[in-house]
This record gives sequence, structure tokens and C-alpha cells, in this order.
Amino acid sequence: MQELVRTIKYEADRVPGFGKEIMQVPGCENLQSCIQCGTCSGMCPLSIYMDYTPRQIIELVRSDFKNEVLKSYTIWLCASCYVCTVECPREVPITDIMYELKQRAIYEGYYPKRFQIPVLANQFFKMVYKHGRVTENFLVTEMLLKSNWKDIFRSWKLGLKLLARGRFPLKTENVEKKEEVRKMLDVVDRVSIDTLAGISHTGNGKKH
Amino acid sequence: MGSGKMKEKEVRVGFYVCHCGHNIGSVVDCRAVAEYVSKLPGVVVSRDYKYMCSDPGQELIASDIKEHRLNRIVVASCSPLLHEHTFRNATEKGGLNPYLCTMVNIREHNSWVHTDRAAATQKAKELARAAVHRVVHHRELETKKVPITPAVMVVGGGIAGIHAALTLANAGKKVYLVEREPTIGGHMAKFDKTFPTLDCAACILTPKMSEVASHPNITLWTYSEVENVDGYVGNYTVTVKHKPRYIIEELCVGCGECINKCVYKDGRFPDEFNEGLGKRKPIYLPFPQATPQVVLIDPETCLKLKTGKCKQTCLEACQDRKAIDFNQKERFSEVQVGAIIVATGFKTFDARRIPQYGYGKYPNVFTALEVERMVNASGPTGGHVVLRDGREPRSIAIIHCVGSRDKKTNRYCSRVCCMYSLKLAHLLKEHTGAEVYNFYIDMRTPGKAYEEFYDKLLNEGVHFIRGRVGEVTDWAFTPEEEGHLVIRVEDTLAGFVRRIPVDMVVLSTGLEPQHDADEIRRKFNMSCGSEGFFLERHPKLAPVNTFTDGIFLAGCCQGPKDIPDTVAQAGAAASEALALIDKGFIEQEPNTAFIREEECCGCKSCISLCPYSAISFDEQKKKAKINEALCKGCGTCVASCPSGSIAQNLFEDEEIFSEIEGILCE
Amino acid sequence: MKYAYYPGCSIKGTGRAYEESLLPVLKALDVEFEEIDDWNCCGATAYMAVDEIKSCVLASRNLALAEKGGYSEMMAPCSACYLVLNKAQRYIETSGPVADTVKKALGAINLKITKKIKVRHPLDILLNDVGLDRIKQKVKRPLTGLKVATYYGCQIVRPYSTFDDQYNPTSMDKLIKALGATVVNFPLKTRCCGGSLTGTLPEPGLLCAYILLKEAMKRGADVISTACSLCQFNLDGYQDKIAKKWEPVQVPALYFTQLMGLAFGFSEEEMGLHRCIVPFSLENVLNKEAVAS
Repeated sequence: MQELVRTIKYEADRVPGFGKEIMQVPGCENLQSCIQCGTCSGMCPLSIYMDYTPRQIIELVRSDFKNEVLKSYTIWLCASCYVCTVECPREVPITDIMYELKQRAIYEGYYPKRFQIPVLANQFFKMVYKHGRVTENFLVTEMLLKSNWKDIFRSWKLGLKLLARGRFPLKTENVEKKEEVRKMLDVVDRVSIDTLAGISHTGNGKKH
Repeated sequence: MGSGKMKEKEVRVGFYVCHCGHNIGSVVDCRAVAEYVSKLPGVVVSRDYKYMCSDPGQELIASDIKEHRLNRIVVASCSPLLHEHTFRNATEKGGLNPYLCTMVNIREHNSWVHTDRAAATQKAKELARAAVHRVVHHRELETKKVPITPAVMVVGGGIAGIHAALTLANAGKKVYLVEREPTIGGHMAKFDKTFPTLDCAACILTPKMSEVASHPNITLWTYSEVENVDGYVGNYTVTVKHKPRYIIEELCVGCGECINKCVYKDGRFPDEFNEGLGKRKPIYLPFPQATPQVVLIDPETCLKLKTGKCKQTCLEACQDRKAIDFNQKERFSEVQVGAIIVATGFKTFDARRIPQYGYGKYPNVFTALEVERMVNASGPTGGHVVLRDGREPRSIAIIHCVGSRDKKTNRYCSRVCCMYSLKLAHLLKEHTGAEVYNFYIDMRTPGKAYEEFYDKLLNEGVHFIRGRVGEVTDWAFTPEEEGHLVIRVEDTLAGFVRRIPVDMVVLSTGLEPQHDADEIRRKFNMSCGSEGFFLERHPKLAPVNTFTDGIFLAGCCQGPKDIPDTVAQAGAAASEALALIDKGFIEQEPNTAFIREEECCGCKSCISLCPYSAISFDEQKKKAKINEALCKGCGTCVASCPSGSIAQNLFEDEEIFSEIEGILCE
Repeated sequence: MKYAYYPGCSIKGTGRAYEESLLPVLKALDVEFEEIDDWNCCGATAYMAVDEIKSCVLASRNLALAEKGGYSEMMAPCSACYLVLNKAQRYIETSGPVADTVKKALGAINLKITKKIKVRHPLDILLNDVGLDRIKQKVKRPLTGLKVATYYGCQIVRPYSTFDDQYNPTSMDKLIKALGATVVNFPLKTRCCGGSLTGTLPEPGLLCAYILLKEAMKRGADVISTACSLCQFNLDGYQDKIAKKWEPVQVPALYFTQLMGLAFGFSEEEMGLHRCIVPFSLENVLNKEAVAS
């Protein structure tokens, strides 16, 4: 038998203000009128693998359970198919909320070690900053190297097949005026969306 | 004091400002307002009080009038819509003419819409000052008494209309019941049983239907619609259109021989009463207990009416009764009534608007009303619940809130679906022994014996899954799903997603306003709420009144409700109508327009502008003439008169100009 | 009308057969277009997770470049690009702060957005601008007998349904029928293919693809027609992994433009069919169909 775990939550487990912060993202104020009907989970093709269903994530956000939300697998399982957003009877833009939660988790270091999705997001960002465009095969290779390099061996077959069919470019795609892209992104770094929306990050972001 | 005359130098104003509990008091400093007004010229008494509308509040006005010899009253409180009558009465009780009182709205127009206490208080002072300026010019006015036509029209022959009509008729009043369908009975006639007692809908409804048909005080007009409404409270003139049913109603005895002898041997066309699940002929009786027992011919499907070519075997069957008349045209009747009860009902939500539930796409997805017909012993399947291919379902899903509580369709809760879904779950289980699943968001069973009914269902082994169904599909992932419809839903109480294969899906569709509710609204000069149901005058205190005097509401046209509530509301509407017409007369607000004959140049421009046709032309004097009984005080003629010769009681120039000056001075 | 053509990154790499088939088909239909000079990454799904406003800024450079080039409409064949570009426009329209940042960022490189470029998917352009009649006229080799499952994916119908029905899109169905092929009743037209999860969290990602492939086979499809490079990749690239995990599946996944090209008389080579991992040969399929019937 596994070790018994207490599941009770105390007020100290909450990070007051977290829900309010998320609601400040454009369109996300509807989160408040969620009736917990579960349509989002019922439609979500990935909900069957989630530790918290999307409905539960919404409730956890609303109740300020920041740690539970940002540590959950759910936010990384969202594939952005938008079916929850379209079907929600209260018009909560759930996909956008998931994006926001992923951003928070990355900024604040809330994700499992060797977890590939945040690595992919980061690599993606770096590649765009460097080249202006993305060359997917390099992106995936880099992601694997940075997270779980052994996975490369599991993927080599597909790589070879792509190579044989001319779908594995050996050269990275580049924008001519790379400095333009960088200049633009640098401007944004100075004014990030969160400061724009008047959001101050709360809570204890720590690596897990 | 002589009528209309008062010595201006003697003006003595009493001013009262109401806290309305916290409604006004929390935003407006009422004491400061009273203090400010007390210093205005002409003000003799100025007070603030917690609840001016209460008995002690009213008494305050009456006793002040006597004690301080007041001759003008100003009350700063809520909307005149709510309490003008109250304060005029109090004024009258103090011995003054009630029209020497005026009101200032510092609640709806002030405290409810402002948050800044200082600014709101300032606004209240200015509005009060304006009213004090205005009231000086008020004159004594007399109300007029107009006789009432002691008859009522009830529009809509569902259970609401039927109950209202019978109540009035039993009180000895003449009632015209107008129904646009060929029979009365409405939605209730389609139901099998009624929750929570499970008594048979027909058994309790049909006796009332036949009572309507035979009641000496009721004129029943089916297949008829209200075309036009003229007049005013107590004296409405209603034009009713009778659609041709190609049967002379007085001659038809409902024997049904014509139906038997129709050239179509079997029913061929979707049967409206059975939600299209059965078939009817072009000549038909909507259902066996239809009231009146008069057949009708559908011109869209009748060979004779459509093509002119038919053996017309129905004519032979009718023999010398000669009740069939292919040349019937629409006819119109005009009647006078004192009041009208609108009971036009609802329509059910069109389930096709939620495509992910597959109605219209998968044959075995049904609406609740279709299933209602199916479980009915006199329905299209004789009470057998079957799939479209004739098999009996072994598992059934009932999906709640279809077209309710959803921003994309209807935001409101339709109120009856939880209970009728429970009822259907019981009946379906009883009829088929199938596994029945209810998918609900929240179970709403407030009502006498409703929660007990829910408990009964729980004990019958019906499954309840809390979760709004995401989708109904026909693709199988596991072997047991093959050949079934699959429900994908989060079981929110268990906290995971489930796929549940079923044979039959029942969609508990919500209630919506009739498709032509807006047209009806305009005909009767009513208002609609944002969702399209007719608006009651006050949600608590005037739930069956509308903003038009003499027009009352009953049943689901005002909002979704179940049968007990509908019947209660219909009774209330009938009593309100009765209270109105039984008085014999109405007192009319004296805010009518009048002509200063010496200034009228006889240009007639006002005559065509008057929306109530209240102005005529006196050919002898060559002056315009206003019929006070018809004038509604809208002011159109006053504003448009080129010579400025028309004025209006309570809105005379000096009253309005003084009010404006009162706002602007200082 | 000349369209600004925004290829997007994946169409230059793993999804190159999409471009290889799209461009000749458009040319055959006399559709005028020109690739946007020096376009950059659209901002893409993965980027949204890092910073939505950066995503908007990246998208806006492409929109600004198109505007500078004098275009009023832009064609984006990849569903993700199509959505990100549309979404960026809506963010800029509805959020003052986003609009300001975009303005600043573009200002830094002497670009600006003054009007709304209409971002359109090739399906939309083919169906609504070119029209089925003109497409039918170009068909030299009707795909009679070929049974196609039309797969639209998520992001061209969600969250915005700009040119087709959100629940039951039919533009590709009409197009495929115009080529002479049969469209099978495929209920999963808009169900998620797994997106980028196939690469990051294989089990859930591949399950999504598996469900689509399995159902397409059950519905008797010879081929799945797709409208996005990632969808095509997920359906085409992982069938052996899916077989190992669950059960064998084999059904080719092509771009709808490849099927158009074949019907227009282009060779399989010209249409990039050799790039498919699960091979597809029109000849073989049609012969098999003929034998079966």
C-alpha cells in the first residue's frame, strides 16, 4: 500500500490574489462566472490524461490554489484546440487561461525537471530570437538534448525517414534582417504584458 | 378653495425626503437635503424620514398639512411609478387636492446610480429645489371617471388561458378566449403525466377544456388571432382574425366521417400535435379530445385546395350536414373588452442550435416533447418507447439544460426541465426497464413535494451524473460502444471524464418566448425583458400587471414556469382583471391636454398627429377639440401646436419652466 | 486580387509537400500571389506559452510587411499561422496595451500597421474567391472512386469560425467532391490531432492521432485529406509508433492540395507524394477499388 497522503487544504495553502491576477488577462474576467458544469473537460480530447480536469483547474485558479495549478500536468497537456473555449456556456476563454498559466509556470520555474514542453517553448523562443524563423527538426533535437537526451534514440527512426523524404532540412531557416526581429522583441522585454496589465507577480516561485 | 384657483401669495410648501432604508440614505445625506430645502422660499416644513411610504410617513404629511396649513407637498424618494399614488393619497388625506403634490426621484435617478456621496447629495438638493419651484404652479385638478366594458379577452388557450377564462366566466363575466391553434389545450395537452404527483395531464386538463367549450359566458375562438388592439384600459376594441379551417364550425359535429373517407387512406403528413412522430391526413382533428370537436383542412396538403383536382369524398361523407366549405375565407370580428389577459405561452428551444448533441443528425436523439408524446398512451406509438428502427432502448441518456444556462443560447434557467426530466426518467424506466442516466449541471427541485420526487427517482435506480454533456457522437472507441450513441461527459463529482454508450438520447430543451413574441408585445403595447419574455410591471408587487393598464399576463409568456405556478398566476391575472372591471369605472389621471380656444387658429395640424385620435375639429367654432376620455397625455399636440394654444395639465409651461429655473438658479 | 503569401516555417521543412502542391495548384487556377519578403515566424502556439505579447509582435511584423507591400489580403496555409495571425489582429484591436506595445516594437524597425489585412486560409480562397466551377474545369483526371476523409483540424474553425461552420465545416468536402472523389462521413473532422504533444508527451499526443486514423479507416477512407502541416505530420509520421502502442493502423494522410494537383493532372512526384511516410499511390488505390467493385 502506498503511503497515505493528507489531502486537506488549509488557508495557508492558498496564494491570495492569484485568481484575481489571472482574471486580469484580457477576456479572462469571465472566469468568475464559471458554473463548474464540466463542458470543458467533457469536450477536451486530452482531459483523459490530466491530473486535474480543466474544470478543476478553473476552480483552483478562482480559489487561489496557485501551487496546485502551476504544478499540475494539465496546463502542459493543453494542445490549444480551443474546443473548451468555444463550448463554454459562460464564455470563459479556457485556452487563453491555460496559456497564461503556462507562462506563469515557466517564469516562476514551476515545472518538473526534464519536462519537455517548457523546454520546447524556451528553445522555440531562443530559435526565433536567433534566426527569426523555426526549423522544426532542429528545434525538436535541441529540445530532446536539453530535456531527455535518451529520447533521441527513440526518435531516430522517424528522423531518418524524414531525412530520406527531404523533410529534414540540414540548414536552419533564417530571416535576412535578423536584427529587426531582435530589436522588436527587445522592445517587448522592456514592457512585458504583465506590467502592462498592472499585474504584480505574487507567490513563491521556486524550482521543483 | 375654488377649483383651479389658489392665491399664489399664500404658498406654503411641505418637503419630505425619504431615506428608503439604506437605498437612498447610504448615498445621499438626507438630513442635509432637508436642511437645505427648509431655507428655500415658501417652504414651511422640511423633514427627512426613514420610510416615507410607511403609515407613519404618510401620516406625517397628512398631519403637517393640517397643523402647518400646508398647501403644496414635495416628496423626494423613489420613482413616481412606485409611490406617486401613495403620496397623492396622503396629501388628499390631509385635506388637499392630491395634484398639489409632486415627487422627486432621488433613488433610481440618484442613489442607485451614483457612488460619490457629496455629489449625489448636491444633485438631490438641486432636484428638490426644482420641484419646490415647480409645485408652486400646481393647480387643483379633478380625476375623471370613465365607465368600463365588463368583458375580458384572454389571448392563448393553454392551461393559463383556460384557467383565467374559467375563473372570470364563473364570476359572471363575459370572456372571449382566442387561440391560434385549431384546439385549446396548449403544451399541457401533449403531456402524458405531470410532476411530481404523476397524475395524468389529460385527466385533469380535458374536463377544463370541455367546460370552456360549453360555458355560457365564454366565446371560444380557435384558429384565430388578435389582429389589432385599440382603445385604453376599460374600453379596448379588439379585432380578431379567424383563419379559414374550411369547415363551418357551427355545423361540424366532429363525427370524423370526412376524415375516414378522405382520398388519402392513411395519414401522410407530419402530425403537429405528435411533434411529427405520427402522420395525419389533410383533413384532421388535432387529437381525439381536441376542443372544439371541429375538424379542419390543411390547405397545404389538401388535394382539392392545392390542385383543385380531388374526388372530394369528404363532401359525400359529410352528407346533408354540409359543414365543409372549400371557399371559406378569413373573417374578422371586433369586440369591446375592459381588460385583456395575455397568455400566449412559450415555444421549446430548437435543439438543432446545439449541433454537438446531434439532434437532426442522429435519428435516436429525441427532444423531451417527442418522448412525452411517445410515452403517452394515445400518442403515435401507443405508449411504446421505441427507437426509430422499432427496437426498445436498453439505455437512455437524458441531457438537462439544453438551451438553458448557456450564454450562447439562453442565459436563464428554464425552471421546469429538472423536474420534467425526472418525470421522464421515471416514465422511461417504467416503460422500458432501461438504464436511465440524467446528466445535469445543478439539480433544481424547489417546490412542494419536488425534492421528495427526486429522492424517489434516486431510489428507483436512475443514474445521476453531475456534468454538462460535451458531445453526443456515433463513433466508437471501445467494443461496447459499437453501434451506440456515445455520451462524453465529465463526471464532475467523481472528477474524471466518462464515455457512456446509450441507445437513446433525450434532450431536455428549455423554454423560449414565442417566435412572434415581439409582434405580440407591440400589439398589446407591452415590454419585453432582454430574453424576450413579456415584462411584468413589478417582479414582486405587480407580477401579473404590465406597464399598460388593463393588460395582464399569465403563464409562460411572462417567463418559464411549471403548471402549478402557471395556474396560480392565471388565477391572479383573472382576479386583477376582475377587480378592474368589477368596479364599473376607472379614474383617469388628469394629465390630459386642453385647448385655449382663444389662441387656436384652427390649423388642424394636431389632429393627424394625435396617436390616440383624441382630437377632432369643431366645425362651428373652427377650433380643435380634445376628447379627454381618449387623451393619454402624451404631449405630442402640445409640443407641435404652431400657435402654442394647447397646454397639458401637470405639464404646463410655467410648471416646466419653473422647474428648469429651479435647477439652474444658484 | 493578388494575395500576400505567408508560408510559415514548417512549410519550408517537414511540411514542404504542402507548398510544393499548393503553389502549382494556385498557378493552374491563375491565382496571383507573392511571398512576403523576409517574413518571420508567425508567433505560433509554443510561443504563446512563453509570451503572448511577443507572439503578437512577431505576427504583426508579417502583417506590417504585407501592408508595406501594398496587399490587402494574406494567405496563410498553416492552420497555426492562420490562427496566430488572426488572433494577434484581435488582440491588437481589443486591447489598448497590446496595440501600444506592437506599435512601439514595429516603430523600432520603421514599420507600422494602419489597416487590417485580411488573413485567409487557402481553403477559403479556393472556395470563395476561385469557386468550385473554375476548379471543376481544371480537373483532368477525376478522382472517381477515391474515398476521402476530410480532416480540418482545430484552428481553422476554432476559436473563430471565419469562413466555415464551426461544428460541421464543409469547404474541403465540397472541394474534394469537385475533384470527383467521394467524401466519407467522418465525424472527427475537427477533433484535435494531438498538436505538438506528439513530440513532447507522446502517449496522449499519439492517442489523439490514433483515434483519428482508426476512425478514418473504419469509415472506409482510402486517404485522409488535411489542411495543416502539423496535422499532416501527426497523422502521417507516427503510424508505426501507434501500431506498437495500440494496434496497426495504415491510412495515408495528404494535403488537400496534393489531391487537387493529382486531379489537375500533375504527377505524383510534382505533388510531393514521395515525401509521405505512409505511401499513397492514386493508381493503386483506384485499381483496388475497381477490383473490389
